[in-house]
Amino acid sequence: MTTPTAAAPTTPSRRLVRVPSLETTAAWLLAIVWIFPLLYALWAAFHPLAFMVRFDLLAPLTLDNFTNAWNQAPFERYYLNTFLLVTGIVAAQFVVCTLAGFAFARFPIPGKDTLFMLVLIQLFVFPEVLIVENYRIASGLGLVDTITGIGLPYVASAFGIFLLRQTFKTIPRELEDAARVEGCGWMAVLLKVYVPLAKPTYLAYGLVSISHHWNNFLWPLVVTNSVESRPLTVGLGIFSAPETGVNWATISAATLLSIAPLLVAFLLFQRQFVQSFLRAGIR
Amino acid sequence: MSSRLPHALSGLAAAGLLMAAGQSSAQDQVELTMYYPIAVGGALTEVIDGLVTDFEAEHPDISVDAIYAGNYDDTRVRAMSAIEAGDIPQLSVMFSIDLYELIEQDVIVPFDDLVQSDEERAWLDSFYPALMENGRLDGKTYGIPFQRSTIVFYWNKDVFEAAGLDPERPPETWQEMAEMGAAVREASNGEQWGVMVPSTGYPYWMFQAFAFQNGHRLMSDDGTEVYFDDPAAIEALEYWVSLANEHNAMPAGAIEWGTLRQNFIEQSTAMMWHSTGNLTAVRNEANFDFGVAMLPMNTQRGSPTGGGNFYIFKGTSDEEQRAAMTFIRWMTAPERAAAWSMETGYMGVSPAAYETEALSNYVEEFPPAAVARDQLEHATAELATYQGGRVRRALDNAVQAALTGQMSPEEALKQAQAEADAALRRYAR
Amino acid sequence: MAKRTSDRRMQVYGALLLLPAAVLLGTFAYLPTVATLINSLFLPGFRGSPPEFVGLENYALLIEDRTFWKVARNNLIYALGTIPTAIALALGMALFVNGRLPGRGLVRMAYFTPTILPMIAAANIWMFFYAPQIGLFNNLLGALGVTGPNWLGDPSVALTSVIAMAVWKEAGFFMIFYLAALQSIPPELEEAANLEGTSRWSFFWRVTFPLLMPTTLFVLINALINAVRVVDHLFILTKGGPNNATNLLLYYVYENAFSFFDRTYAATITVIILLVLAVVATVKFTVLDRRTHYQ
Repeated sequence: MTTPTAAAPTTPSRRLVRVPSLETTAAWLLAIVWIFPLLYALWAAFHPLAFMVRFDLLAPLTLDNFTNAWNQAPFERYYLNTFLLVTGIVAAQFVVCTLAGFAFARFPIPGKDTLFMLVLIQLFVFPEVLIVENYRIASGLGLVDTITGIGLPYVASAFGIFLLRQTFKTIPRELEDAARVEGCGWMAVLLKVYVPLAKPTYLAYGLVSISHHWNNFLWPLVVTNSVESRPLTVGLGIFSAPETGVNWATISAATLLSIAPLLVAFLLFQRQFVQSFLRAGIR
Repeated sequence: MSSRLPHALSGLAAAGLLMAAGQSSAQDQVELTMYYPIAVGGALTEVIDGLVTDFEAEHPDISVDAIYAGNYDDTRVRAMSAIEAGDIPQLSVMFSIDLYELIEQDVIVPFDDLVQSDEERAWLDSFYPALMENGRLDGKTYGIPFQRSTIVFYWNKDVFEAAGLDPERPPETWQEMAEMGAAVREASNGEQWGVMVPSTGYPYWMFQAFAFQNGHRLMSDDGTEVYFDDPAAIEALEYWVSLANEHNAMPAGAIEWGTLRQNFIEQSTAMMWHSTGNLTAVRNEANFDFGVAMLPMNTQRGSPTGGGNFYIFKGTSDEEQRAAMTFIRWMTAPERAAAWSMETGYMGVSPAAYETEALSNYVEEFPPAAVARDQLEHATAELATYQGGRVRRALDNAVQAALTGQMSPEEALKQAQAEADAALRRYAR
Repeated sequence: MAKRTSDRRMQVYGALLLLPAAVLLGTFAYLPTVATLINSLFLPGFRGSPPEFVGLENYALLIEDRTFWKVARNNLIYALGTIPTAIALALGMALFVNGRLPGRGLVRMAYFTPTILPMIAAANIWMFFYAPQIGLFNNLLGALGVTGPNWLGDPSVALTSVIAMAVWKEAGFFMIFYLAALQSIPPELEEAANLEGTSRWSFFWRVTFPLLMPTTLFVLINALINAVRVVDHLFILTKGGPNNATNLLLYYVYENAFSFFDRTYAATITVIILLVLAVVATVKFTVLDRRTHYQ
């Protein structure tokens, strides 16, 4: 990074006239526009249908829309499925990507760079693009309509392997050597030295992965058939497809039901989420 | 479609093992799986669940897993995907017009092969003949009518009155509908629209009604040919387009199938064409006086039938197929058909359903409930062909292109005809 | 000698560590890619007969398929419509939030929240905005005496409506990368510029923007991938209509494979998508990462 070198006369007064209220206004306006759709969904979900487009501060509040949505689709099952799916994927990703990242970071494998490039290709060729063939493969393996079937294609995540490899590479060899002197095998070294030191990476990757899979739709849509495996997004998509003509207030309530857990988690741990996306974004 | 074998084979083998295991463990109870769609408003999943629970109470030896799978297209995709994965459902409610696709994929059994007694044979003939048109091919019955509909005409009597029209008299002809629609538009100072006919979701279905009212059928009986660019069809589409362009009775652009009911409820349109399956939802939600009538006519009255039929799939045990038959017979029995009709607005599928005390009382008290049935004598089969997805999409696109002003009706239908011909070229008999 | 065998053992151990990932990637990335290429050379079996090898016939059909060209063009417009807008907004948001702004945390949260919603949920909400006559936008416009367009039903507006929603969904995500980059710019730079009397505008264009270039390129790659990958909202908003006005490549693949039962044609379109992604990947690996990352 370079610093501009030209010298010039000083005009210290400029700082004082900065922070123009115009800028603040613009920032706030944009923020209101950006958050408005969610506020609107809240409004629609908590009021009777008749108030969808009629704003009246005294409009009666109601929970009926939530009751209706809850009764019309098995949301409790969808929650369970999504929960199992997301935890399953993240756990499996941690294991598989840790092993692979460790291998790439520390082992002398012939053709390692080529192999690594091959892995990185998956950053671009993700399971959704290959829905047709991946569907046939899942079908051949008997994985259609199972939660495993939704998750498995995402387990060997190039992104996760890359992140963990980068992190492991920054860990000083001396720590590893010390552990080996104490007689630790490779697995022990991995678990006692590398994994603990990579905790922030796991947190970051985990949060990103959770939000991605909580929200994923196309592949789960293709590979699930029944309530037993359908995650929230697919359940919501089927529930609120416009042809069904389900009424809007109910859809709003269903939409809020589906996003609530992640949204609440986000609002509570905003800093961690943002940090995680940042850390994970440097790929 | 199995060019790469190892996976497919191992999958089939695994599925076979699972199924065998499933069968032996549940010997005393037959387990049925059924996918079903919903394409109209209301909490219909609850109704289906309720029916299934009642059935299971009456038949403790059979359990039914009814899976709501989305709209008609979703349901076809889900059922086919389950079959391909070797997890074959015993039966499903699917689009009546999926018949050709299902026959081509060779996955359904004709009911003629399943009926055993005279009583069952009589049951096959107990439905309205117009509802059987989409379920029969080459003399065999593959589909049993369940959630069946026609398109009916809904109008808002209050708005009619406000516009100086006779609130009790719906339009009889195309001409009248256009004029009344324009009158509403004018009387409301552009606040309300006269009429809305949905053009997303199932545009080909609505268009079929216009074409049939103009004396024209869009396809051959064997599903191998379509006649989209006939002058009568072009005239029909021109009329539909003119409702917006000339008469200013309908908004320009595509009209969303799903939100149309809401438009009617919010009184932003005085008239709408929609599935009769929406009737009960409209009745529950409307806080104004409304009426239901047959669609207006040009040279004749007419509406395609629509909706879902029961199918039974190949590759399941005789016992399961018998159980599926039992379930379907139970679901289509007059009392259930009557209850289903009252809950939804869908038709009672047999004359006997309308003879039940419940439904005949209901019709007396709420005459709109009989309109779809009365319209049946003017009904035609819904557009069904081989390569149905492509052929319908070609027509959908043509309708939307014309309504949105991208093409003239003639151009659009000529193009749709060419696309449909290309899709059907391997099927010419 | 001992060193040799230990190297050998290290290699075997390393290979074993890679094995699970290799098997999974093979099954769900490489095998399907190759199968897609092969399948694009077949026609589906007619009435139960096995698929028929037809060489490049599917590609010939594709070239003549007006819908395909329309869909490809839509996707290009979609990319050109979403990416620059989302990036510009993201940069603007980052600058806002990086400055001294009253209520900065709230504003940042507002910008970022759409990012964590599923596309399906976002589409549900926007569906209410876009509905003609009874939707929110047209009600607001109506209050101003303007007749709003048929947002999703008019082919000349529909794609723009879809784009607008996508921008809303994505901008906040890109913002955080800019924010991080801005925070890594040493404050002395701006102080020096202030001493010089450089205007903020020219400081931005001469210093900040060039320093943010790597971030912009990174965001650009991500946005390109998303423009191809994310079609979830179409399932709710338009189903690709009216008359394919909003259809995108991946949605067209889905339609062909699962609505029309024509998986070989779907494979052919997938090959085109793979080619596009290959170009993006090549650009990323050769141009962007030349400097540091993958040593």
